[in-house]
Amino acid sequence: MPPILELDGLKKSFGAIVVADDLSFHLGEGEALGIIGPNGAGKTTTFNLITGALGPNAGKIRFQGSDITSHSAALRSRSGIARSFQVPQPFSGMTVFENAMVAATQAAGLSGHKAEQFALDILDKTELLSKANQTAGSLTLLDRKRLELSRALCTKPKLLLLDEIAGGLTESECTALVDTIKDVHASGVSIIWIEHVVHALLAVVDRLMVIDFGRKIAEGDPSTIMKSPEVEEIYLGIAVDA
Amino acid sequence: MSVQTHSVSRGSQSAKVAAFLGVIVLIVLIAAPWWAGRADMRLMGEMFLYLSLACLWNLMAGYAGLVSVGQQAYVGFGGYMLFALTMFAGLPPLVAIVGAGVLGALISIPVAALIFRLRGAYFAIGTWVMAEVFRLSFAQVSSLGGGSGSSLPVGIVRSLAGSRSARESLAYWMALGAAVVVIAAVYLFLRSRRGLALTAIRDNELAAASLGIDVWRIKFVVYVVTGGLTAMLGALIFLQKLRISPDAAFSVNDWTAFVIFIVVIGGIGTLEGPIIGTLVFFALRETLADLGTIYLIVLGFVAIVVMLKAPRGVWGFVRERYDIQLFPLAYHVQKKPKTDK
Repeated sequence: MPPILELDGLKKSFGAIVVADDLSFHLGEGEALGIIGPNGAGKTTTFNLITGALGPNAGKIRFQGSDITSHSAALRSRSGIARSFQVPQPFSGMTVFENAMVAATQAAGLSGHKAEQFALDILDKTELLSKANQTAGSLTLLDRKRLELSRALCTKPKLLLLDEIAGGLTESECTALVDTIKDVHASGVSIIWIEHVVHALLAVVDRLMVIDFGRKIAEGDPSTIMKSPEVEEIYLGIAVDA
Repeated sequence: MSVQTHSVSRGSQSAKVAAFLGVIVLIVLIAAPWWAGRADMRLMGEMFLYLSLACLWNLMAGYAGLVSVGQQAYVGFGGYMLFALTMFAGLPPLVAIVGAGVLGALISIPVAALIFRLRGAYFAIGTWVMAEVFRLSFAQVSSLGGGSGSSLPVGIVRSLAGSRSARESLAYWMALGAAVVVIAAVYLFLRSRRGLALTAIRDNELAAASLGIDVWRIKFVVYVVTGGLTAMLGALIFLQKLRISPDAAFSVNDWTAFVIFIVVIGGIGTLEGPIIGTLVFFALRETLADLGTIYLIVLGFVAIVVMLKAPRGVWGFVRERYDIQLFPLAYHVQKKPKTDK
């Protein structure tokens, strides 16, 4: 099966700080990939490059076979790349339903009754329907994260990028969120998930990748990767030969 | 699998009442030439024009995040275009007003291309500099009176209507018409799909772009449409004044500072704000006008108090406490009543 997303030799630096150093990887259609790595490793930057919030200094990004490196963030969103932000970015003055409607009308291209029904469906799935009329600025952290997910799903994504969506949640909240993400994955959406809450991540992903200093350190089967000495040393900060 | 238990509506009780009252007020206002005196009509005409300017500035700054302090560029440009098109091209004044709007929109395109490279405070300063460039340029045109300005020839004024009272009624109706058209246009735009995108931009540009909204393009369209409509208002304003000079036409106080005051006091980023703000501004002006300079000091004081105590303006203050809206823009999700069928 052809990969839905290919990153080829991406480079990005801010002055002397290199945040993506010859980064290459691909994601299969319907696959779920987990990304772990220490803070500042370039995980969120990778998402910014994929969604078009940042432009790379070198390298290519292909989505569904076509080169999207020069496409704007808006265009990439309309073609099926959705993300949730690590720090939730709600439209605070608008209601939860209106937030969902923005995604359904602008990115998914729905209109009128269809858009409204679709937004209601998604909010039902993400358990926000009872808060549909609430202003997004008044939501709790869990609900803000749910709203991030709802908006991303309202774009009818083919590729969903989740940026630490489980961070800061309680155990039971986390389980509920993981179930929702599993459902999304089961419906055929390809997923890349950055997460520090590793057990949540491992419950969903098919493959795991470790990055540090903007470089890919390891990649492969999640359980093998978690046991590898590189991960223990770099990610968990334990000296192997101690 | 769709949720059949909930439905979505956009109306509300308060909006229905507001629409009903709005129609009555509009009818009363249309009939003003039969019940109001000459001075009152002039004042109301001015209020309508300020209301229109405020609605446009609010759309641009409050929603699109384009905080311009240079809208006097378009007011003055429109005014000068009215004079130029009637005096040199021989167009009837009403056609010239529309022409001024079209030219205003056209000239705003290269201006936007230039100043859209600037962000935030730099953008604001850039707009002001552009307005000064406009003022200095028009002061160079000797056929339009150069730095001292010129008056609209009597023949052109007479071509509007025969008698003075008919002209005054016409000017009043045009100002009222402008306000109605601007408010209706802004309302319909905000209610549309594009308007939802613009409201999203108001709240969070980063998220808006990641949800398929072409932020630059919407801002550009808003700037150009605002520029064109502001130029049309400028033509209307100077058709009433009958005299134009660079300092009056491109006055930052008259056409931008007071307008910003109105929008900020009323509630920026809401459709109702400019209406409330206009009422507050004119109420203050008419009661304090005799005090001379103290009037401006009071205005400044009111602005500071509102910014500290109610940063979202009078309307924002009201909306926080009561869930009301005069224009049915918001969506409401309701549970459908259970029906046995």
